[in-house]
This record gives sequence, C-alpha cells and structure tokens, in this order.
Amino acid sequence: MVFEADTTNIPTDRRQSALEGVRNVIERRVNLFGVSEPTVQTSEFQGKNRIIIELPGLDSTKDAINLIGQTAQLIFMEEKIIPATKGASPSATLVSTNLTGADLKNASVQFDSQTGKPAISLQFTDEGGKKFEDITGRNVGKPVLIVLDNTLLSQPVVSEKIIGGNAQISGNFSIDEAKKLSIQLNAGALPVPVKLVQETTVGATLGTESIRQSVLAGLVGILSVMIFMILSYGKLGLVADIGLFIFGVITLSLYKLIPVTLTLPGIAGFMLSIGMAVDSNILIFERFKEEKLIRSIPNALETSFGRAWDSIRDANIATLVTCFILWNPLDWSILPSSGPVRGFAITLALGIAISLFTGIFVSRNLLRVFIKERRSDTNIRIAHE
Amino acid sequence: MKYRPLFLSISTIVIIVGILSILKWGLKIGIDFKGGTLIEYRLQNGEKKVERYGQLGDVQIEKIRSDYKAQGATEERLETVGPTIGPELVKKTIYGLAISTSLILLWIAYQFKSIKFGISATVATLHDAIVVIGMYSILGHFFGAEIDFLFVTALLTIISFSVHDTIVVYDRIRELQKKSDEDLKTLANMALSETMVRSINNSFTIIFMLAALILLGGETTKWFASALLIGTISGTYSSPFVAVPILVTWDEIQKKLKNRA
Repeated sequence: MVFEADTTNIPTDRRQSALEGVRNVIERRVNLFGVSEPTVQTSEFQGKNRIIIELPGLDSTKDAINLIGQTAQLIFMEEKIIPATKGASPSATLVSTNLTGADLKNASVQFDSQTGKPAISLQFTDEGGKKFEDITGRNVGKPVLIVLDNTLLSQPVVSEKIIGGNAQISGNFSIDEAKKLSIQLNAGALPVPVKLVQETTVGATLGTESIRQSVLAGLVGILSVMIFMILSYGKLGLVADIGLFIFGVITLSLYKLIPVTLTLPGIAGFMLSIGMAVDSNILIFERFKEEKLIRSIPNALETSFGRAWDSIRDANIATLVTCFILWNPLDWSILPSSGPVRGFAITLALGIAISLFTGIFVSRNLLRVFIKERRSDTNIRIAHE
Repeated sequence: MKYRPLFLSISTIVIIVGILSILKWGLKIGIDFKGGTLIEYRLQNGEKKVERYGQLGDVQIEKIRSDYKAQGATEERLETVGPTIGPELVKKTIYGLAISTSLILLWIAYQFKSIKFGISATVATLHDAIVVIGMYSILGHFFGAEIDFLFVTALLTIISFSVHDTIVVYDRIRELQKKSDEDLKTLANMALSETMVRSINNSFTIIFMLAALILLGGETTKWFASALLIGTISGTYSSPFVAVPILVTWDEIQKKLKNRA
C-alpha cells in the first residue's frame, strides 16, 4: 500500500519532522495488525511525500486502509469529579477537554534549566494557549492526560496555572524517551492527511503457485545448461557444472541468511546470474582451447584464467552498475525503489559476486587438481613401461 | 566486416518495423504505469479470470469483490494503482535508464581509454533496447503483452547483458592491439571470429534458462522472460554486428580526416 501525505499546509522546514511523526503513528497502527515483518518506509519524489506499507499475510486490506488512513488524533483529557450522590461516594472520571492536537503548535525536547534533565516544551497556538490556561487553572495539582490515538502518551501533573501558551513537561525522561514523546506529540499536532494512492494484494495461493512453477523452470533450465556444458566442453564442462552446483548452494544459503525474500523477479535475477556464472566458465574454456595449441596444458590453463579475467571483470562490473541503479540502496528519490525491481537487483548482484568466486576460484582449483592427477597418472605409466 | 552494410540494414529494418508498430498500435501500457485496478479470480471450475478496470472507487471494488464471492470464486490478486503513480514511475524509469547507460558508457570509455568504444557500445545497447520495445509493441498487439514494472526490469537487464557481451569482444580487440600493429578493422575481424563461439555458447545457456521460464514459469514471469529472450538474441547479435561495425567505421572516418588535415 502506498499512501501520499498531504504536506502542503506545513512549512517546508517542518515537513521532515512532520513526516517522521506520521510514519511513527502509522507504524504503531500497523503493529496492531500483528502480521509478521510489516515494513513502513517513507519516500519523497518531486515534493510528494509517500509512505509505503507492506503487510504480509493480511487477509482484508480494507480495515488496514481505514485505520492507517486516519489522521492522528491527539486529545487532552482531564479528571472530572462526579459529586457524591445518594449511595455513591464521590468518584473521578476522565473527560476530553476542548483542547486538541490542532491547538498545539509544536513540541520539542529541552533541558530543564534547574535540574538539567530532558523535558518537553509545548507551544500552543493563541487560541490553544487560552484553552490550556483554563484547563490548567481548573486542574492545579491534578494530572492532565495527553492521549494519541487512544493511547496514553503522558500524564503530567499541573503545578500551576499556565498563561501564555508555553508549557513544559518535566519528569524522569531519558533523552530518547523525551525525543520519542515530542515526535508523537508533533504527529498529533500536525494533522497530516494521508490518502491511499496505490494498493497491491497478492493472494497467497498465486504466490506459492507461481513460485513453485518458477522453481521448476529454474531446475529444468539449470539441468539443460549443465548438459549443454558437458556436451560442448566434455570434462571441462563437468568441472564447470561442479562449480555451478557450489554456486547454487552458496547463493541459496545466502538468501536464507540475509534473508532475501524470493519474489518472482528475484527468482528471475537468480536464473540470470546462473547464466552469467556459466559465461565466466565459457570464456575461460574457449580461451583454454586456443592457448592449448601453443602452450603446455597447465601453462595454458593459468594463462587462459589470467586473460579471461580482464573481460570477466569489465563485463561484470557493467552489470553490477545496473544492479546498483535498480537496487537503489541509498533510496535516492529520483530512482525507482519498488520492491520487485529491488528484489531482482539484489539477487542478480549477489549472483554476480558469488559467480566471480566460484567461476574463478573454485573452477580453477578443481582444474589444477584435475590436471595434476592426470599428469602423475601418465608419469606412473611411463615408469612402468 | 565485409558484410557490414548487410548487418546494418538488417538492424535498421528490425528497428523500423518496431517503430512502425509502436506508431501504429502503440504500446500496451499495464496498470503499473496507467493507473487502474486489476483483479484476478480463480473461478469454481478452476479457471482463471483476469479483469482490468480503469480508476475505481472503493465502493465499486467492493461490489466486484462481493459479486465474485457470490459465484464462489476466490480472489488471487488485486492491484490498484492511483493516477499519480504512473507518470512518476515513467519519470523514475527514464532517470534510471539514463543514469545506468551513462555510467556504463563512462566505464567502458575509461577501461578502453577511448570514447569511441564507450559510444559504440552504448549505441549497440540502445539498439537492443529499441528492438525489444518495438517487438514488445507487436507482442502487445497480438498477444496482449503489457508494459509493466517487470518489463522495465527486463529492459535494464538487457542493457547490462548487451554491454557484457560487447565488452568481451572489445577486450579481445584491446588485447590484440597490444600484440600487433594492424589497423583496427583487421584486429576487429580477428577478435570477432575468436569470440564468436563463446558468444553463441553463452547466449545458448541464457536462452535455455529463459525458454524454461517461458514454458514452465508462471503467468507473471512469462512476458518478462519473453522480453529478456528477445533482448538476449538482439544483444548477442548487436555486439559483433552493430557495436564493432560502428567502432570500425568511426575509426576509418577519423583516419581519413586526419590524413586530409
């Protein structure tokens, strides 16, 4: 789901903190759904602020959209004493005051001038200041509750009537707590309307079915590549296949470790990287065929690895450049940052990195061992004759 | 090299056909770019049904959903893209293409110490991109292939694959240049015949993977893999038959100008 935050009513210099506030509120709301691994990201493009939310495993998006789409509600509540009636002793209940987030101009972290401890300073609008004056006047010695989205944020006790619209909440806050509270207050203070601009739902069955198909396609593809390599390069092809197998094992275990969520484009990226891994081997073997004619076999092997390395390096760096742009790891706002494209770039980049290792290091050492054994084999035979 | 005019005209014809198709039929733009709603249902008899709508309100979507539910169909996929996302995506995509192409151009120019190499490789790459977009327009007209986010991914992959292939040939030219004083045309010819087997074998392995993906993979990846397949074929073709001829022609013109001066 992608929401767009309407920040046109907010001064430019405060947009960032306003967005941060909105993100916090949304994150808290998202956590209510209890889905595993929800993600909430902010992104900016051409002055439009977006909030991207992913909720895996959620059945109905309708409730989620309604809940997330609400503007944060900040209210101040006070205690109201219900006078004693017949049969009941006086009791206290909580009622909302007419003071809301709209009356709060800004909240920021300050340090108490006497104790040096972090505190939160509140600035109200002119109207809010008057309301606050009344409320504090009524409630000296009693708590005033600050509630955001039905969650109690803070319940400072009023020490005196506050005139002028500036107040301070002091207490035993750590700096982090004070910061968090001020962000939450700001989220309520700046009612940033958000609206849904994009929604994508993928049914679980479709996901697993296509992934199963793609995995099958991947296996068939790999098998035909392996057979092709053996047909074209004989024993060398077998070595490449072993390298390919190791490549597959390393890559899949890295996906598990990082972890990489396998989407369809992700699988496509993986398959493409297999193609490129095999290419490293083809480059080397073709080179080996040529060098074999003018050098001894071990020498030809080393030379072809060395010579082929230049083209493998240059070509793979070019691919990595594209991966980097698609991956967009720094979240540059001018580039796409959508999930599937990113998944593709990540698997392709990982594949290239690993194939450089298996294509060069693993295959090379396998071939070295292979050739040494064959040579000692011939030596023994010569000795026998 | 002596068939240079032939190859250049083959490319030109394919590109012109593609461009004509784009002009005549346009591109079938998916909802990723256009905005709108796509709903996929599995009906009770196991059949799949995909419906596309323009901009819909929540109420309309709910109505469609309950209608299908009444028939006992299960919803497999629902995508809604707002009208503002489309133009923005197009813009971001063009930026992405421009940045990666120029970075690659610079990288090649730096590695081969000549802007000639960088530009001719980039032209070959653009050739492939145009071929794929053109062919996709034809596929879109006849088989309903849509331009979506995956297509963009495919396009970027094709670009890097094409460059990959061209670099291998250039690398061989660079190596031969160190050993011999022959002119670029002769060296390019040698490099081409030496790298041809590798180039074709390599493309075969990628084509195997893609063919498997097209035949066995899911609906969502089918067109993605088709775009990649067209790109792979075009990319394999363009390195020896577009990039190198341009490089050689450029070199010849440059020499002629120098001689005259």
